[in-house]
Amino acid sequence: MSAILSRDEAKAITDKVLGFSRADACRVSILGRAAFDERTLAGLHANTRFAGNAITTSGESVNVRVRVRSAFGRRSATLSTNILSDEGLRRSVETSERLARLAPEDPEAMPELEPQAYREVPGFFERTAGLDAERRAAAVMPVLQAARRASLQSAGFLTLNAGCTAVANSRGLFGYHRSTAFSYTTTVRTPDGTGSGWAGAAHNDWSRARPQELAHTAIAKARLSQNPVAIEPGPYTVVLEATAVANLLRLLLVFAMGARPADEGRSFFSKRGGGNKIGERVVDERVTLVSDPWDPDLLASPFDGEGQPSERVAWIENGVLRNLMYDRYWAEQRQTRPTGFPAAVKMTGGTAMLDDLIRSTERGILVTRFWYIRGLDPRTVLYTGLTRDGTFLIENGRIARPVKNLRFNESPVAMLNNLDLLGQPMRVSGSESGDVGAAVVVPPIKTREFHFQSVSDAV
Amino acid sequence: MALLALDAARSAGASYADVRVSGVRTQSVETRENRVTDLSDGESFGFGIRVLVGGAWGFAASRDLSRPEVQRVARAAAQQARANRRALERPIVLAPADPVPDGRWSSPARIDPFEVPVEQKVDLLLRANAEALRVRGARFVSSSMDFVRDERTYANTDGTFTVQTVVRSDPAMTVTAVAPDASDFQSRQSDDVQPMGIGYEHVEQSDFIGNAPRWAEEAVQKLSARSVDAGSYDLVLHPTHLWLTIHESIGHPTELDRALGYEANYAGTSFLAPPRDIINRFRFGSEIMSVQADRRQPGSLSAIGWDDDGVPADEWLLIRNGIVTDYQTTRDQVAWISDLTGVRRSHGCSYAQTWADVQFQRMPNVSLLPGEQDLSAEDLIAATDRGIYIQGAGAYSIDHQRYNFQFGGQVFHEIHNGRLGAILKDVTYQARTPDFWNAMDMIGGRRSYRLGGSFTDGKGQPSQSNAVSHGCPPARFRNVTVINTGRGR
Repeated sequence: MSAILSRDEAKAITDKVLGFSRADACRVSILGRAAFDERTLAGLHANTRFAGNAITTSGESVNVRVRVRSAFGRRSATLSTNILSDEGLRRSVETSERLARLAPEDPEAMPELEPQAYREVPGFFERTAGLDAERRAAAVMPVLQAARRASLQSAGFLTLNAGCTAVANSRGLFGYHRSTAFSYTTTVRTPDGTGSGWAGAAHNDWSRARPQELAHTAIAKARLSQNPVAIEPGPYTVVLEATAVANLLRLLLVFAMGARPADEGRSFFSKRGGGNKIGERVVDERVTLVSDPWDPDLLASPFDGEGQPSERVAWIENGVLRNLMYDRYWAEQRQTRPTGFPAAVKMTGGTAMLDDLIRSTERGILVTRFWYIRGLDPRTVLYTGLTRDGTFLIENGRIARPVKNLRFNESPVAMLNNLDLLGQPMRVSGSESGDVGAAVVVPPIKTREFHFQSVSDAV
Repeated sequence: MALLALDAARSAGASYADVRVSGVRTQSVETRENRVTDLSDGESFGFGIRVLVGGAWGFAASRDLSRPEVQRVARAAAQQARANRRALERPIVLAPADPVPDGRWSSPARIDPFEVPVEQKVDLLLRANAEALRVRGARFVSSSMDFVRDERTYANTDGTFTVQTVVRSDPAMTVTAVAPDASDFQSRQSDDVQPMGIGYEHVEQSDFIGNAPRWAEEAVQKLSARSVDAGSYDLVLHPTHLWLTIHESIGHPTELDRALGYEANYAGTSFLAPPRDIINRFRFGSEIMSVQADRRQPGSLSAIGWDDDGVPADEWLLIRNGIVTDYQTTRDQVAWISDLTGVRRSHGCSYAQTWADVQFQRMPNVSLLPGEQDLSAEDLIAATDRGIYIQGAGAYSIDHQRYNFQFGGQVFHEIHNGRLGAILKDVTYQARTPDFWNAMDMIGGRRSYRLGGSFTDGKGQPSQSNAVSHGCPPARFRNVTVINTGRGR
């Protein structure tokens, strides 16, 4: 078996599992990584890490996980395994069936989907999958060498996934999707510990990587951020680089946009007296948020975990809430279409460049990225977190000086309501961890009244 | 198989190699109100080989334990190391460790969670949910049990061979109350019950059915609770809350790799740097503050026989009477600070979340030692004029050098003239780590000490999850800044 399963190899596994099944209904999924990570692709995971201008570790792992869901009437259970021998798969099917018989009836159980047609997404790039240890080492050298030349300290992470996901069920449904993705991030610090600059990039296609550019950006920021001064916390106009926008926007989508919590009265999107805010203007009218798996900048899976075909979904259109996340059960209850969970998202923007946003700002703060963002109050989608690795005071359209990092307590909804200017959208590495996360395409923005609560001494 | 892997690694040019073969079972039972939302079992089997070639690390892993694949993976690990040598600043030096030819260790689990019938678990959770929903105003309840059994075999070219079984159990519940006009909703999590490194007996001892009504009542009470007035307060922090403050503000900054910049790109560095300015010099907290690291406390999440370097579980002080004395270390880190600490061996902090991930320095149990006086939380409250008593952990956030933090909680009571007053809401406190710990002026005694912990502490790239416990007594902190997070409503 190859490291990355072909369509036929994936189908052979799902057929075998379905052949072992004695349940009323069975669904089998092919996924990646170990038991702790549900989302990533089955296949190859590889990375190279560096710190102190030297490669510190690198690694490769190959894994295929098979998840079996068996159902008897309204009783169901799931089992996942990476033991793919006939005996291993048969035992997994039997165990899931035994657990399913023990489960209580689920009043919200949904039948398996009938066979679906999926429009292919061209998300697989050989040049990403072929990035072996030598090529990864070569790809991180420009950052290491540039940092050494500049007498600075670089740390960073280049990681890639290359593999597939597949889903099949006992009604004959089968879906297969092959994909690659990389994320390359670096933090450069000054030897005296008073300056730190970050840069990062992510895409399905390795040819989009620009290691020299990353090195240049992180080094310039490290130098520029040296010896920051403290400024008084309070509400500020901020220019948020696209990564910072993605850091906050992800949370809005992942944690706040469920339809059911909204309908049940426990969400920002709940309407007083019942129902939800679909159809209401919730943010600035220039904001449109869309999930479209076929967008060449997103290239996400054409189906979800149940085999539901992905569609282009507009969550917010011209500032108006158009959709919340409906699973199949809740969609049926509310007589609407299921949306699935957004595997990727794009926010539309304008034509301005980051420099234009800075130039238009009389007094404000430029933020490179955010860190340790945590929810404070789901009623207002209020989050806390901190700036890091490049925070600057803007005065009269120019970066005036580096400032100490700041803690914010702010809501992404308020951020999108107080918009001043939008820049050009771009794909960013939007996860705080630098792992390959969901594809996010967002513009840098300028927004008013962004609330900073306190100063941090961290550099 | 382990010996085959080590032989293949040596043949591929490794001066040192280790192999981990691991089989992990997981089980998750999740419910909400009167239904089961998820019932899933998982198993994952595979191996990872780590090699030193020319002083550089390389790592590779696979789920396929066949002979040719083991040999391929050993060669792949060596290739990684060779590729990495081109960017090596100084070769890896491993601290000495005595070989353990046949080590055996198991978590002290009395009841194997995987032997307990699923219907018994479901029945317990649904009955507890029903008890919570019996409370007027409680609208939603979710509850869950998560179990892990990790059977890890480890071998290295120094002659160590260990077989260990790690068991972890994490039962949890959240009750949500919604105001009749949907103008407000408030939740209470079951933080009195913490994850532990023991078996199903932990679930039985947790008494969800008995506790659920109280958690529900507290969620309902929060609806009508007074929103806190922002300002400066004395805080009395219960162990169900304080463990997380310890984790974030003491556990992470005393990780040696962070202090030396190895985690700069994600988890961050540490304000405890450079070590030569810190060890035996830096005052972290007040005189009554002593902090112990260990991987030995029975039932704790980090407890183990030998770490993923083959080093025996240790117990040592990180902070003595407020002064930092040491860091958390692995074999390849000891040489960085041994001249400062006088410690020539690893403290045994090497850990990898699965066979597919490379091991690196992870947090052991980090615990605040109790005081000499036999004080309880009630004694601390009785000695406080104006303050807030916080139980349970809420939203938490801390900067990437672990200076500036902001923590919430589950249940907040005002303290007035030594007595507990009304319940409060929208409470969050902010502080700078050394200021906060230097403001600690009262601490509970041995009888008030208990363990809290995290099932999923994240660090590293790719991000790995670690389970760790933190013991502490209740403690009092003077004049801490409290803010109101109900702004904008």
